[in-house]
Amino acid sequence: MNILASEASRRILRLGLLSGGFILFAGVIGMIAAFHEREVVDDFISLGQVLLLAAPFVTSYMAATQMLETGESPRMALAGGLVIGVLCALPTVILLLFNSDDYRYLLDTSLKLIPFVAASYLAWKSHAQGNETRQVAATWLIAALLIGIVSFGFALIFEVKGDLRGVLVNVDRDWVEVVTFDHRRELWTGIGLLLAASAGAGLAGVVMRILPDIPRRALLYGLGITLLVGAFGETVRLILQENLDRDTLREIFRRDTLRQNAAAMLFIISTLAGFLWAMFGGRAQSEFAALDDSRRQQVRNLGMLLFAALLLALPWLIGRTLSDVAVTIGIFVLMGLGLNIAIGLAGLLDLGYVTNYAVGAYILAVLTSIGPLGLFKGTFTFWMVIPIALLAAMFAGFIFAVPVLRMRGDYLAIATLGFGEIIGKLALSDWLKPLIGGAQGVQNIPKPFLFSTELKNPEQLYYIVLVASLVTLFVSIRLNNSRTGRQWMAIREDEDVATAIGIDTARAKLLAFTLSAATGGVAGAIFAAKVGTVFPNSFTVFISINVLSLIIVGGIASNPGIVVGAVVLIGMPELLREFSDFRFLMYGALLILMMINRPQGFIPSKLVMHEVHAGVKPKVSAGD
Amino acid sequence: MALLEVNDIHTYYGNIHALKGISFEVDSGEIIALIGSNGAGKTTTLRTISGLMSPRDGNIVYDGQEISSTRADLLVMRGISMVPEGRGVFAKLTVEENLDMGAYVRTDGDVADDLDSAFEMFPRLQERRKQLAGTLSGGEQQMLAIARALMSGPRLLLLDEPSMGLAPVLVDVVFEAIQRIASEGVTILLVEQNAHMALQIANRGYVLQSGEVAISDTAANLQRNEVVQKTYLGID
Repeated sequence: MNILASEASRRILRLGLLSGGFILFAGVIGMIAAFHEREVVDDFISLGQVLLLAAPFVTSYMAATQMLETGESPRMALAGGLVIGVLCALPTVILLLFNSDDYRYLLDTSLKLIPFVAASYLAWKSHAQGNETRQVAATWLIAALLIGIVSFGFALIFEVKGDLRGVLVNVDRDWVEVVTFDHRRELWTGIGLLLAASAGAGLAGVVMRILPDIPRRALLYGLGITLLVGAFGETVRLILQENLDRDTLREIFRRDTLRQNAAAMLFIISTLAGFLWAMFGGRAQSEFAALDDSRRQQVRNLGMLLFAALLLALPWLIGRTLSDVAVTIGIFVLMGLGLNIAIGLAGLLDLGYVTNYAVGAYILAVLTSIGPLGLFKGTFTFWMVIPIALLAAMFAGFIFAVPVLRMRGDYLAIATLGFGEIIGKLALSDWLKPLIGGAQGVQNIPKPFLFSTELKNPEQLYYIVLVASLVTLFVSIRLNNSRTGRQWMAIREDEDVATAIGIDTARAKLLAFTLSAATGGVAGAIFAAKVGTVFPNSFTVFISINVLSLIIVGGIASNPGIVVGAVVLIGMPELLREFSDFRFLMYGALLILMMINRPQGFIPSKLVMHEVHAGVKPKVSAGD
Repeated sequence: MALLEVNDIHTYYGNIHALKGISFEVDSGEIIALIGSNGAGKTTTLRTISGLMSPRDGNIVYDGQEISSTRADLLVMRGISMVPEGRGVFAKLTVEENLDMGAYVRTDGDVADDLDSAFEMFPRLQERRKQLAGTLSGGEQQMLAIARALMSGPRLLLLDEPSMGLAPVLVDVVFEAIQRIASEGVTILLVEQNAHMALQIANRGYVLQSGEVAISDTAANLQRNEVVQKTYLGID
């Protein structure tokens, strides 16, 4: 009993049940079954099963870290891992039993027992707090009654519906097959396998934690790479397809799935690489740090050169499908860089950024379309309209900024959110239908031409986005280090002080909104040319939220962060299209995890680091 | 002629009547103290003069010109500089960058000299010129805020509670600095709850009470005034 009451074991119980609840939840909403459709290693493990096993593995790894830090013995940690593994599977096992024909009565019985057990527990608590007998009795009665109504209600629903599926639609054959590792018919074998696998994963998590540093890092690296390549098998195959002959490719992949041999090879190679990096990586870094400044600059320049070459060659390396994804990412990078001027530099939380995107797209559509809505039927080309779209978006940004100049913080966010909605409604309206086509939108937008070549492939459009992003990047870096950038910084820090040192805050804010809008307009125009048609439902509030999220995930005011954020939030969902049902769930989970564990973003800017770690003295310190 | 004349100003926060007709004047080269308890309207008076708020009634004349509806940033260019309450240094900029920001309105390009004289006045700041302002102590931040306000080359310096939250030793340092600034010809309007210190360095003072001027006199007389002694100086 003593052991159960200790802080460590309570934490294990809590973590295990939490993660078990997560697995149950993922199953009940159909996520596990959907993920099972994608195999990670051919005929060996699917993404759904990875999800099933990753939960106990990660949870017990975290628990073991905490336990070893508080001085528990490795044996206790192993026991903890085992318990966590079993607990992870427990909720799922219970649901499996409830779902099977033979044990359905368990559900019925437990639903009827729950009110009594729960009420007794509450009454016991009340007794322990020293309440009078009458109060304890009243607590029991009321609790039993209230919980009883809910519980019997559920019992009745299940009775009427016949089985669990009537209520929990995703508790179906597919789910049962995944969680029992294909032993749907022999339920107890399946349950045994699930418990064993989960407990094994829990143990593995602890073992991984106990291992010495270098092999652990090597193994984690190998495991991570193999799983990543397996999970994104289709993407990797598309890349390799550009560079390998068909036979070799068939050795590695069966359709889009990594073969077992290839997976084993990959695991060994990446573990070895991880091992080498763990052994010598630190030394390489310290040697790099020991170089004198000019040499270090040379190494950096070389790195930049390689990166630039990679960027230039990207479409050839990754092929058409992925180039298309790259263009979409690029459009969002462009918008991210633009919105960052308002949010990251001037601290103006703009939730209506889609406005500028829509203005750019519709301007290009109406001016260049050769369809019935085109105003000039091909007189204007893409290149002539890009500056017009840019100016129009800037004008829109200016117009929308004027009424909200006096607003700050949350109020500004809500007002701009409203503007974003207005634009969506305007695009759909009958009033503007003769001009921009209402719900049908504008069609027949020609692709851009470079001299006489039509840039119709994503591989070619990629370069337009690349150039636009680089120009924006350059401009925003220069702006940030200019007098204007300092104005914005002062406003972001403290608007009153900014005014007190003589900054015209109204003008500076207008400038921020206007410049920020400009790239949104260009992004919209490129989007319109890429897709060829412009519909109102491409311009919802989700665009604004996407752009904002990618800035936050990547790191506010950090340009490399924006690129990483766009790849993670825009690129990954494109590559995981078949799971788009769960897109916003994963999105939300990612944002919450980021805010808890890494609020400064993946690649934080230096300034934001200071803010997040306020109170930690930075290294620069003269005097003292 | 007075450098600053405040004539019967009324300022509101929404419907709350914060300043109920305040009048006073500040002559060139003077140190004037506005004292009074919490909520008397001291800070509101400064914010109204500096242009962060505008009076609904009454007028403010600075250097012979009406300024009651002039924007705050334009007033900085005309020589009114304010050190806001709570200091408001840019925590993520270094000391030196903060000072550069203070010279934001300057177009003459001779900022380097002023930087040197700021460091001369506050040697602590020179020691910490590359340090982030957010990591300075409260007293150092106050010095930085004052030095930053001086960087715009003001004729009139508005100081809002410079002693707030400072250790007694640092209060002395700050007030000495204020006297030195005044001796260099900058006119000073000082808002303080620490009436004792304020009246020691001021030429004249005004006592504010619920949005009105209750007493006005020379600083020496105010220090002897029975009401002031009882209410603000803690002398029985």
